[in-house]
Amino acid sequence: MIDDLAPVPDEVTQEWWDATRERRLLLQRCDRCEHVQHYPRAMCVACSSFDLTWIPSEGRGTVDSFTVVHRAPHPDLDVPYMIARILLDEGPILLSRIVSSDGAEVACDARVSLDWQDIPDGYKLPVFHIEQI
Amino acid sequence: MTSAAIVGVAESDLGVTNASILALQAQAITRALADAGLSVADVDGLATSGVSRFSATQVADYLGIQPAWSDSTFAGGSAYEMYVARAVQAIEAGQASVVVISFASNQRSAKSRRLGGVIESHTPEAQFETPYGPLYPISYYAMAAQRYMHDYGAAPADLAQVAILAREWALLNPKAYRYGSTPLTVDDVLNSTMVSTPLTASDCCLVTDGGGAVVITSLERARDLRRDPIRILGYGEATTNTSMSQVPLLPTGARESGQRAFASAGLTPRDVDVIELYDSFTITVLLSLEALGFCAPGEAAAFVSSGDARLGGRQPLNTSGGGLSYCHPGQYGVLLLVEAVRQLRGEAGERQVADPAIALAHGTGGILSTHATVLLGVDR
Repeated sequence: MIDDLAPVPDEVTQEWWDATRERRLLLQRCDRCEHVQHYPRAMCVACSSFDLTWIPSEGRGTVDSFTVVHRAPHPDLDVPYMIARILLDEGPILLSRIVSSDGAEVACDARVSLDWQDIPDGYKLPVFHIEQI
Repeated sequence: MTSAAIVGVAESDLGVTNASILALQAQAITRALADAGLSVADVDGLATSGVSRFSATQVADYLGIQPAWSDSTFAGGSAYEMYVARAVQAIEAGQASVVVISFASNQRSAKSRRLGGVIESHTPEAQFETPYGPLYPISYYAMAAQRYMHDYGAAPADLAQVAILAREWALLNPKAYRYGSTPLTVDDVLNSTMVSTPLTASDCCLVTDGGGAVVITSLERARDLRRDPIRILGYGEATTNTSMSQVPLLPTGARESGQRAFASAGLTPRDVDVIELYDSFTITVLLSLEALGFCAPGEAAAFVSSGDARLGGRQPLNTSGGGLSYCHPGQYGVLLLVEAVRQLRGEAGERQVADPAIALAHGTGGILSTHATVLLGVDR
């Protein structure tokens, strides 16, 4: 991954990024209404509570949609690669990548599992692979 | 129905201008005022964006005016339809009497467009989306297209119909970037350079310089000016998302925007004689046609490929040639208004629709982020 595309964590998101070093994908659950959300925020988007607890994601979900990028937005990125919206079983959607399918067809609603890619500063980026049926 | 009207419209120079943004702004604004029979000194309201951090202030300074009202709401290509609503409100509230809405860009001459978009490191997108390398905005529209094809059994050839139609109109518009070129075929679109599947370069709007301006005043004053007033019948808007992961891809906020506009005008999609939709990408048009209620879900491609959307058809669509084949200076929304007014005035030349009474202009900004609809009508 490219240095100037690397994340700059803030006080709300630092713990989320720190967890990626241990390959843990965190989500936020609201203490008041139990809504689960991603990306991390200071408040719950369902009830506006500021009392949120980190919970681990099971790392499984479905492909909401995907696209194969053929023209790099950055000179150091190698194309093609596949960007996808992953609908996690816990509810939130992540923008991510599908990094392997082992020959299985990539399609909307296909099942995916969590994987990790190294990025600068020791953080890791959650990515996904298509589950074999 | 509002008590305000559009009394002047104009384009700046288009295409490859080698001109500065502010010089193009000044061109568009003075031409639109001349069209209205007004001058810069008459302007007491100004709405624009895409110039600098203080866009309206910057343009006012450049024009040498100190407006009583200004707006630089930043909502990408939909901002100009939003400005129509705010201009009407300002005029009806007595805060301004002559409002100019303007935009200009020299993005092609200046080579300022970036495939990855503008990244602001303090935003959640910069942390949680940028590291994956999506094209902005293309990859989001590409994912919307993929989902649309999955849900409705559509194919890339269905998307291509939008580009084919746009080219047909552009061949009738001497101002169009693709004027004098040749008609497009499905194979042309499908075989053009792949950018972000399923969208090829031909599914993506042009990157050109250009701009436009629209002059709005009260209907009462409009009736004393040199051009037939074009009435502002209603408007609506919706703001839905800025990141790529927070809302369903379909349907888009055009649904709420359209419902609000039609309700405020007391009209339905069937009443519209000419449709001007933001065509940042081919998929944008299919999504907007369905969300606005012109077509049932999954049926927009059939409409676009039919005679109904063409010259002589029931509801001609994107009659200038659109962002795909006419001009796309980065925020195309103001030019939707310019074309709608020209069609309603009956001054669109070879591409003139037969005697339209009502036009719809619908802007889309960002990554299907902001949506704004304006209904315009002749003053009869």
